[in-house]
Amino acid sequence: MSLDLFFQYLFAGITYGSIYAIVAIGFNIIYNTTGIINFAQGEFVMLGGMISISLLPFMPLPLAIAGAVAITMVIGALMEICFIRWLESPSVLRMIIITIGISILLRESALHIWGESIRSLPYFYGNEISAFTIGSVRFSPQVLWVIIACGLMVIALSIFFKMTPVGREMRACAANRTAALLCGISTRNMVTLSFMLSAGIGALAGCVMSPITYTQYDIGTTLAIKGFTVAILGGLGNYPGAVAAGILLGTLEAFSISVVPLAFQDAVAITILLLILFIRPHGLFGSSEAARLKDF
Amino acid sequence: MLELKSVNKKFGGLHAVNDVSFRVEPGCIKAVIGPNGAGKTTLFNLITGNLPVTSGTISFEGQEIQNTKPHQAAALGMARTFQNVKLFHGMTALECVMVGRHLRSRAGFISGLFNLPWTWKEERAIRAASMELLDMLQIAEFAGVEATSLSFGQQRAVEMARALALEPRLLLLDEPAAGLNIYETAEIARLIRRIRDMGITVVLVEHDMSLVMDISDEVVVLSFGRKLAEDSPLNIQQNEEVIKIYLGEDDAFAQ
Amino acid sequence: MKKRKHLGIVGLCLLVVGIHLYTAQTGTQFYLTQLTMAAYYGLLVIGLGVLMGYAGQISIGHAGFFAIGGYLSAALTTHNLLPFQDRPLVELLDNLGLLQPSVDLYGGALLTVVPWAACLFAMCMAALIALIIGIPVLKLKGHYLAMATLGFGMIIYRILLATPYFGAADGISGVPAFTLVPAIGSFEPIVVSGAFGLRVMNFYLAFGFLIIGMILLLNLIDSRSGRALRSLHGSGEAAEASGIDTAGFKLRVFVLSAVYAALAGVMLTHYNGGIGPSEASVMKSVRYVALVAVGGMTNLWGILIMGVGLTFLSLRGVFGVYDDAVFGMILILVMLFAPNGILSLRIQSVLHRLFPRGSGNEPMEKQHRSAESPGS
Repeated sequence: MSLDLFFQYLFAGITYGSIYAIVAIGFNIIYNTTGIINFAQGEFVMLGGMISISLLPFMPLPLAIAGAVAITMVIGALMEICFIRWLESPSVLRMIIITIGISILLRESALHIWGESIRSLPYFYGNEISAFTIGSVRFSPQVLWVIIACGLMVIALSIFFKMTPVGREMRACAANRTAALLCGISTRNMVTLSFMLSAGIGALAGCVMSPITYTQYDIGTTLAIKGFTVAILGGLGNYPGAVAAGILLGTLEAFSISVVPLAFQDAVAITILLLILFIRPHGLFGSSEAARLKDF
Repeated sequence: MLELKSVNKKFGGLHAVNDVSFRVEPGCIKAVIGPNGAGKTTLFNLITGNLPVTSGTISFEGQEIQNTKPHQAAALGMARTFQNVKLFHGMTALECVMVGRHLRSRAGFISGLFNLPWTWKEERAIRAASMELLDMLQIAEFAGVEATSLSFGQQRAVEMARALALEPRLLLLDEPAAGLNIYETAEIARLIRRIRDMGITVVLVEHDMSLVMDISDEVVVLSFGRKLAEDSPLNIQQNEEVIKIYLGEDDAFAQ
Repeated sequence: MKKRKHLGIVGLCLLVVGIHLYTAQTGTQFYLTQLTMAAYYGLLVIGLGVLMGYAGQISIGHAGFFAIGGYLSAALTTHNLLPFQDRPLVELLDNLGLLQPSVDLYGGALLTVVPWAACLFAMCMAALIALIIGIPVLKLKGHYLAMATLGFGMIIYRILLATPYFGAADGISGVPAFTLVPAIGSFEPIVVSGAFGLRVMNFYLAFGFLIIGMILLLNLIDSRSGRALRSLHGSGEAAEASGIDTAGFKLRVFVLSAVYAALAGVMLTHYNGGIGPSEASVMKSVRYVALVAVGGMTNLWGILIMGVGLTFLSLRGVFGVYDDAVFGMILILVMLFAPNGILSLRIQSVLHRLFPRGSGNEPMEKQHRSAESPGS
């Protein structure tokens, strides 16, 4: 493999990996506050892309993206309020099935609103053929956008969780729900907030990735399963772990193209998921002792 | 019968069971007592294989069992009950006990699927043996009732019957008197003696001191995971260290 | 329990005959086609029901097993082996009488595997794959198990889509009829086929499979193994303390449900004369879970009724373009308002009306739920 090709694959891997990492962080936010894995996480990404594309004719790009993020956050909040908030200690099986049901509803709604066509946002800067070159390696400016956006999101989130009172309350809620409740934190609102937050970052990821990867009504399931793979790989609930694992999976997938046919690319990610579930369900970076204490 | 040799269990930094050794002689009733968090239930879970030991050996009738799974331990002749009664919801009391006969019957998956004639006789035998146990525990009238809807005392009895259905040689009872009133406790005491007289060795974890002192032949005291004392009930009652951990260091007499 | 079982089976048989007579009377026999298909899907759904309700294991990949059955049988009975006639393996199969000559649409000579052998091979493969993936997968719980089975389903789907042998995006068509029992004396042969003249026979055949499948599962639930399974769902720890090898039982039920799914796949593929990759899609798997949930996880009769009924409506096109959305909605509503299935809902409300002061039925329900929440 030539050095050029190597870097091409590497950049592709990092781009996709960043997206997976964002989906995984979305999983983690909700998992941390509720212990639920939200199977509709991938649909947030799809909604972000679709809504921004629909808003674009009426407003400039940044506004369209902001609007898409805001609308998806409202959808996330509504989903929690309508379907999850009022259930009293539901079983894990029940929660899984409910979020799967929600993901189907979102996807089918998208199908009826936007049809089966493949859409995309325009490139934020330049177009399909404009490219940066470093040495002899060419890469699209959108790749930079994706990496910058994802990096900023991770930084913003860590500041939010560490520095702001609301972020601290959410962490308290994650650590011990009952204790948080006793300290006067409204755990219910924290759960709603966590759904909004993860819907918001999912939607933003959906916007920045749309020019490169395109958006279709049914991209959610694949994204969800890869995001989950990354979340598990990095250790469930572990944000930096998710970033590292996302880039790892993205790169692995990109390089796998040189070994297996493109059609099997998804199968590669899923095989990694199955392997990691069987061998190290607590993730690459987590400890098995801590994982055993979790509710699985 | 049962022998523990310097058994240790660590949960991360917590040393839940620390170098505990003792023997249980066949045909006796041995009680394990100690304050909350002393590691009693953990010890039970180690013996039955619900938790892996960190180090040390546990042997049952000369065979090392610290690495066996719970169902394998049961197959060796070891039955247990749980602190907060674990019955099978959706099943009747009789069915719960019939589950206990699992190891004493052998109809397989396929013959169950096709309801082969030779399994019928076995089914009848399972049913009869289970009814007998319910009878012995005086809950035969509730045989057809969903087990989880019975009163707490009756649920305990069903659980006990389920454990006995296994025809164990060793019975481990985790707080058999918890949540029972004084009459029911007396009833349990009579029952445990009767079980011992059937030739079944009994190990129990218990908070109710009167019950422990009343029925047990030997008592092991645990505190913060360590074995503090092992003696006959009478001597344990005199043991100053035991009194201390139960009543507190300074105000042992003030109370 | 025993009496209810026999009553149910007799009732179902009468219902099947009744439906046939009714459609024959009213000249609406075209319903039988979709009913036949619905019965095969029902077979899959009751198998999944035992896995979910009694063994307590979710599987969002059962369309994968259906596809394994259908696709293998389809591929073996349609792919021409004539060019490979000299290969030792093909020769061996031929000598064993497992190959049959036939003619394709354009009159070309074909040499294909006998449907019987293809069917058995497909079911064995499904069982084997279930066994291999079941050993690690069933160690997982909750979300992990759901994702792992979902991943399994997606892998099967992707492989089918990417493999020319399985027709890639087009699937396989031209699958021959399956002669289950050859003509004996004056009796006509029993053939699984979508041919117009065989409609009534296939209707009875499909429900025959469903009823036999149901009887076997009901037997199982009532047997020693069934008690072990139910106890495992009730309290895994107590089941293990009673000497039940929980992992082994979960695995066996997983394999059994995979075989049911594969059988349904084989039969339906021969009935339809083909199979496409959409049969392996995640949406199909989710739909089967939805059908089990609506019927009530631990209510096999409810699962059967809902499985056949709703599939029939869906095949009739009652839900139109909202087909998938309807099943998504059903999933959510059932899980929100009637986690024990909608049939349980009606019985409870009837009981409440009969005994307005609550005949101890309510606390039972609560206990049931609290017992359910922490574990599974």
